[in-house]
Amino acid sequence: MHDVAAHAAHHAPPTSFIRKHVFSLDHKVIGKQYYALALVAALVGMVLSWFMRIHLAWTNAAIPGLQLLSPNGAPGGVMTPEYYLQLMTMHGTIMVFFVLTTAPFAAFGNFFLPIQVGAEDMPFPHFNMMSFWVTFVAFLVLMSSFFVGDGPTLGGWTQYAPLNAVGSVAGPGQGAGVVLWAISIALFCVGQLLGALNFIPTTLDLRVKGMSLMRLPLSAWAWFITSCMGLTAFAVLMPACILVILDHVAGTSFFVASNLVMNDQMLPHSGGSTLLWQHLFWFFGHPEVYIAIIPGIGIVSHILITNMRKPMLSQRVLIYSMGALAVLSYMVYGHHMFVSGMNPFSSLAFSFPTLVITIPSSIVVLIWTFSLYGSKLRINSASLFALGFISMFVSGGVSGFFLAQPSIDIMLHATYFVVGHFHLVMGVAAMFGIFAGTYFWFPKMAGRMMNETLGKIHFWLSFVGAYCIFMPFHYLGMAGNVRRYSTFVDDFLQPLIPVHRFITIAALITGAAQLIFLYNLIHSRFWGAPAPDNPWEATSLEWSTATPPPWDNFGGKHPVVYHDPYQYGVQSSVGDYVMQTSPEQVKTEHEEK
Amino acid sequence: MATTVHEPPQIDPHRLPDQGHSGNFGWRNLVPADGDLRVALDYSPPPSSTGIWVVLFAITMMFAAFTSALIVRKGSSLDWQTFTLPSILYFNTLLLLASSVTLEVSRRRVATFMGGLKSQVESPARWLYITLFLGLLFVAGQYVAWSQLSAQGLYLATNPSSSFFYVLTATHALHVLGGLGGLIYVIRKLSKSSLRRSTLDATARYWHFMDVLWLYLILLLWIKL
Repeated sequence: MHDVAAHAAHHAPPTSFIRKHVFSLDHKVIGKQYYALALVAALVGMVLSWFMRIHLAWTNAAIPGLQLLSPNGAPGGVMTPEYYLQLMTMHGTIMVFFVLTTAPFAAFGNFFLPIQVGAEDMPFPHFNMMSFWVTFVAFLVLMSSFFVGDGPTLGGWTQYAPLNAVGSVAGPGQGAGVVLWAISIALFCVGQLLGALNFIPTTLDLRVKGMSLMRLPLSAWAWFITSCMGLTAFAVLMPACILVILDHVAGTSFFVASNLVMNDQMLPHSGGSTLLWQHLFWFFGHPEVYIAIIPGIGIVSHILITNMRKPMLSQRVLIYSMGALAVLSYMVYGHHMFVSGMNPFSSLAFSFPTLVITIPSSIVVLIWTFSLYGSKLRINSASLFALGFISMFVSGGVSGFFLAQPSIDIMLHATYFVVGHFHLVMGVAAMFGIFAGTYFWFPKMAGRMMNETLGKIHFWLSFVGAYCIFMPFHYLGMAGNVRRYSTFVDDFLQPLIPVHRFITIAALITGAAQLIFLYNLIHSRFWGAPAPDNPWEATSLEWSTATPPPWDNFGGKHPVVYHDPYQYGVQSSVGDYVMQTSPEQVKTEHEEK
Repeated sequence: MATTVHEPPQIDPHRLPDQGHSGNFGWRNLVPADGDLRVALDYSPPPSSTGIWVVLFAITMMFAAFTSALIVRKGSSLDWQTFTLPSILYFNTLLLLASSVTLEVSRRRVATFMGGLKSQVESPARWLYITLFLGLLFVAGQYVAWSQLSAQGLYLATNPSSSFFYVLTATHALHVLGGLGGLIYVIRKLSKSSLRRSTLDATARYWHFMDVLWLYLILLLWIKL
């Protein structure tokens, strides 16, 4: 009985404040911590994008207060071209790593994956806690680069070699800024690997009785697939960051070519391969796009099914498609490198799987649309954002067909067309997935309901606003508007400035609309109506436990699963659905074993 | 079907869930600390045995990245200078191989000990200590190899070949140190009689993997440097 006692002690709820709320081992607290981190990061990233947009539209306008952030980068509040690039780099890094990876995957996944499989916690709670705190330190390290030396790095979130490896001769922020960036990202990789170490055994080993793999909710499948991808991708990015740091601080020459002259200085490095960095980076970078979007696919499917009151046309095909996306995402990464000077045959080899990957994406979209067809969708903030996700995913994905072809990509690669493409398909779509998940799961996470009216206003402003911002980007790109320029002084760019002003105004309004969400979130957290255990009449395990869930998720009981997660549209004693934990037998067309 | 009178729903409290390939009751399929291994049910393996594969996969990917970087870097320029590996590395290889053998011996002993045959095994931790010692000796031996190279004037930044030598061996040594930490954890748990079989198995798997990884690395370095 010794082990049982030890086991029970291990799972006794903590009493001290620090153990409860700061260094908590509880996956639910860790999930909320990740969510809070993503929220702060998203706000910082959004404000940075405002600065950039204002500068692009009104180049000489001073932004009050910006000189306080960097007296050299923004003298008098007007940013220098270098500082524009520094803000752009930080915007990209913060958003991709600390928002799009942490919120849909680490935050919701941590909170709900163990509950959806019926476990008491993740198998390695200490590693789970470390995962968050390492990520938190990574964020602090990245933020610190704003205040060190000549500011953060200006190399873009992709940090191409050799500029990332030669030191401050390459420009402001390329000294200490890059090193801090690389340390931050290497730490982030450690955090995400520790996350995968928990997510994968949770899914495989901690499922309760009756919970076969095919009975996992689609969101759980998405988190599982994402954690497998993260395991492969972050384990490659970390060594790449180590090599960059060594080039910087130890004088090695992994990425810096011979006889490089920069700012009239001959660099001491020799023989490195600049293309090597791009290969290592994009082997991570492309899967990273799917790490951001696949949790959204799972969350949106989960929410839509609940609100359609019927299962998807095929749950299995959805799961297989997500798996196919994950596998293919490793074979397509070279499509980011069509203009890198890579062998043209490689371009061909990467172009083909890029076109192939549109097949599982299209299958997912078709399953969604045909399942939605004729369904009586319950309209609420969560389902609206889920529909918005599909809209953004399709609008952004369609331009992927064009960019997949090297001959077209070479024309469009360095233009705003690509900026519009990835913002819609990865940025906005994933954000909509986060919003949908928040409106859907907030009652369970906080024990209170969010305000639906504010949620709907938030949706419509964000939906229309996102299209106003990112659709014109495609037009700008086709008109030849180069990206990464801080000002548009050239003749051919002058006529496009009104478009930029329109985008900037749309960005300011859409950004301000996010404050409605923030208000809703904070107000509902403290003063919202108390949430019932199962407000959406949903079936999966997270709705079978108390709201908010107790420390060990199910109050000392081990739930037993009798049904697949999406038994809607049936007749049962509680309504048109039967919960996974209900032993009630219902007449149904199809049920996963 | 509005005219149909619904029968009351059938709820069968004795109905068994369809098992499928289902999990292990949330947590409960853990091998008891000093108990019978047969208690472990035929559901999923304990999380640590899946977890260790996750760790090993991540390490594999990491060294695959380093390897591809090495191959690309060597081919991208003519500045690659070869050098002879310090011969102590081969001795270190033997040390590491021996430590795997001693770990297997200790695993058998601990299994007997945990299987309830305590009286037959006096000190189950002894072979773990020997493994620990051999592991430490390996890391010390690697340090000797590094100092021998630097005595020859080959530093981290001297040449890409030496850069990769230091990066690969140091990363491996760090992971070996992690394995030593795992061994210490196992010894501590064993002394408190709260060791889980799965923890020991996971540690052993990690340790043997370090062994295989080192064989791969020394072969790679021998071919490429």
